[in-house]
Amino acid sequence: MARTPAELVGAQPGPPFQITFDGRAVTALPGQSVAAALWGAGILAWRTTRGSGRPRGAFCGIGQCYDCLATINGEPNRRACLVPARPGDAITTQEGHGRAALGV
Amino acid sequence: MPLSASEPYDLAVIGAGSAGLAGAVAAAELGLSVALLDTAVHTGGQFYRTPAPVMGAVRPEALHHDWSPYADLRRRLARSDVRHLPGHHVWSVTKDVDGEGTGEGAGEGAGPADGPWAVHAVTGADGGGERPVRLRARTVLLATGAYERQLPFPGWTLPGVVGAGGAQAMLKSGLVLPGRRVVVAGSGPLLLAVASSLAAAGARVPAVVEASGYLRYARHPRALVANPHKAAEALVHGAALLWHRVRVRLRSAVTEVHGTDRVEAVTVTRVDRDWRPVRGTGRRIECDALAVGHGLVPQIELATALGCTTRPLPDGTTALALDGLQETSVHGLWAAGETGGVGGAQLARAEGELAGIAAAARVLDRPAHGGRVRELQRRRDRMRAFAGAMAAAHAPGPGWSGWLTDDTDVCRCEEVTAGQVREAIEDLGARDARTVKLLTRAGMGWCQGRMCGPAVACLAARGRAAEPLVERRPFAVPVPLSALAALDDPAMPRPDDQGETPSEPGAAPGGDG
Ligand SMILES: Cc1cc2nc3c(=O)[nH]c(=O)nc-3n(C[C@H](O)[C@H](O)[C@H](O)COP(=O)(O)OP(=O)(O)OC[C@H]3O[C@@H](n4cnc5c(N)ncnc54)[C@H](O)[C@@H]3O)c2cc1C
Ligand code: FES
Repeated sequence: MARTPAELVGAQPGPPFQITFDGRAVTALPGQSVAAALWGAGILAWRTTRGSGRPRGAFCGIGQCYDCLATINGEPNRRACLVPARPGDAITTQEGHGRAALGV
Repeated sequence: MPLSASEPYDLAVIGAGSAGLAGAVAAAELGLSVALLDTAVHTGGQFYRTPAPVMGAVRPEALHHDWSPYADLRRRLARSDVRHLPGHHVWSVTKDVDGEGTGEGAGEGAGPADGPWAVHAVTGADGGGERPVRLRARTVLLATGAYERQLPFPGWTLPGVVGAGGAQAMLKSGLVLPGRRVVVAGSGPLLLAVASSLAAAGARVPAVVEASGYLRYARHPRALVANPHKAAEALVHGAALLWHRVRVRLRSAVTEVHGTDRVEAVTVTRVDRDWRPVRGTGRRIECDALAVGHGLVPQIELATALGCTTRPLPDGTTALALDGLQETSVHGLWAAGETGGVGGAQLARAEGELAGIAAAARVLDRPAHGGRVRELQRRRDRMRAFAGAMAAAHAPGPGWSGWLTDDTDVCRCEEVTAGQVREAIEDLGARDARTVKLLTRAGMGWCQGRMCGPAVACLAARGRAAEPLVERRPFAVPVPLSALAALDDPAMPRPDDQGETPSEPGAAPGGDG
């Protein structure tokens, strides 16, 4: 019986690479979305809501709910479930509408 | 440059899932020039979602049953001249008024197919507006599938609560799980599929919690007998669940999620036949994730924006009304798969092929009949009957709102609570989802009401049948302002241009403002 999803499908991915989440190193596999890489590291939240500042992460998994918005390499409001992870990506927790850095 | 005016495609297919793939391949094999657009990088849609090739999965089919029809469609697609345009988020389809009056293709285009159509898309992994694209087509096939219906309950916004289909999608494409102990809950046949793949991939599934009873299927014996493959599918999942010792609790619902920053446990409560929670029956189940969904909602806003006629389904959702050859009420616009009512990948394939044949007949000015058409129609009607029975069996009972507390978020985006929605309904007299939205902002956020719309409509109906929710969103996906601005630009790039326009940080989520 398979212990992990990768064993189940017999995945032989290319070499893993590093991204960072709020400065902490996270290992991603080639072909994973940013959300999948974060889930793989046990991270389920990477955004806080505008109103009550509550943590959120991926919910619908298919690009429909916009709950997974993250700041990726400085750009806010990216849907982490759709954007592929790339070596060296810096993911940061997005607070509120994610425009704090722009002052709007 | 006079854009793509002189060369419309014979057929533009939107969505490369089971329905869209089958339609594109069928039409191309009959000689049509076809463009196949999808937001995703790979074909297959929701059912045949696979890990990216770089993951080197040697057994991607381990997460699917019924793999060979997809393998066959992929082979035929590779051999065809279909122009596959991955990473294209279509946000609007319009009658190309300019193209009808001017341009070399106008004469032919305005012929039997009554086109041409303009299909507007933005490109990029998440439609970040890297490049707006417009292409023209004589006919259009809409195969945009469905999204999951969600009903709110206390704690459903905690990290670790994920859509059941979403968990399945993340597993199939990213080979990841949301947790180690995952409760699967909600209603509908998808729950069994999700539970068996999560368990096969190594998660513990302490329970599958289904608010309806499967006995309701028995009220439609003819649909069941006519669809033995569906019974076989249920047996496959049933056997897998037994093997993994997963317990299925019928007529029960997750009525609360516990935890501060992530899921620690859930309360599972028995519900009566109207889904009203039965007091004193709550049981706590420890888990670190919850995968939840209440059936699927057809994704039809591209069509309703064009005024296509819809029909209500027995489970309270709304689908496109289609004729015997899959054409919508708008001439030259076909639909197939979940857009015409949720019914599974096999039905989507049959309908897609039928629509592809019908569009080809229109463009080539020939009648669509013959043995293959009749055979596909027979298969479609048989599977549609089963889909209808399934929708009726899993229709949410009006009592579900009994598990809401006043501070439960109903709208996840705008953080509008059940208390605020109730106030709008009881004190301010709102009677439909639209009025509730104006009064509370529920449904005005980024997702444009996809997550809370069905729930708000039920609440506003106050226990009566909710008015069917007709999807009217200005755009099917939030569109960057740059893409809207470029609409006026005659030099709008065609899909084959490689030009890049800078991305625009200020996206306009339709309706937000
Ligand atoms: C999240 C989710 C998970 C599911 N998992 C399962 C499962 O495990 N087992 C099962 O039996 N059934 C599952 N289903 C049901 C399954 O989707 C259908 O049975 C089947 O895929 C229907 O095929 P389709 O071609 O109609 O739609 P889909 O397969 O959904 O294909 C629709 C395609 O259209 C594309 N699209 C949508 N909107 C746009 C747009 N605006 N622009 C461009 N492209 C667009 C999508 O990216 C998608 O590829 C799931 C459904 C969902 C929503
Ligand atoms: S998880 Fe819903 S949009 Fe990404």
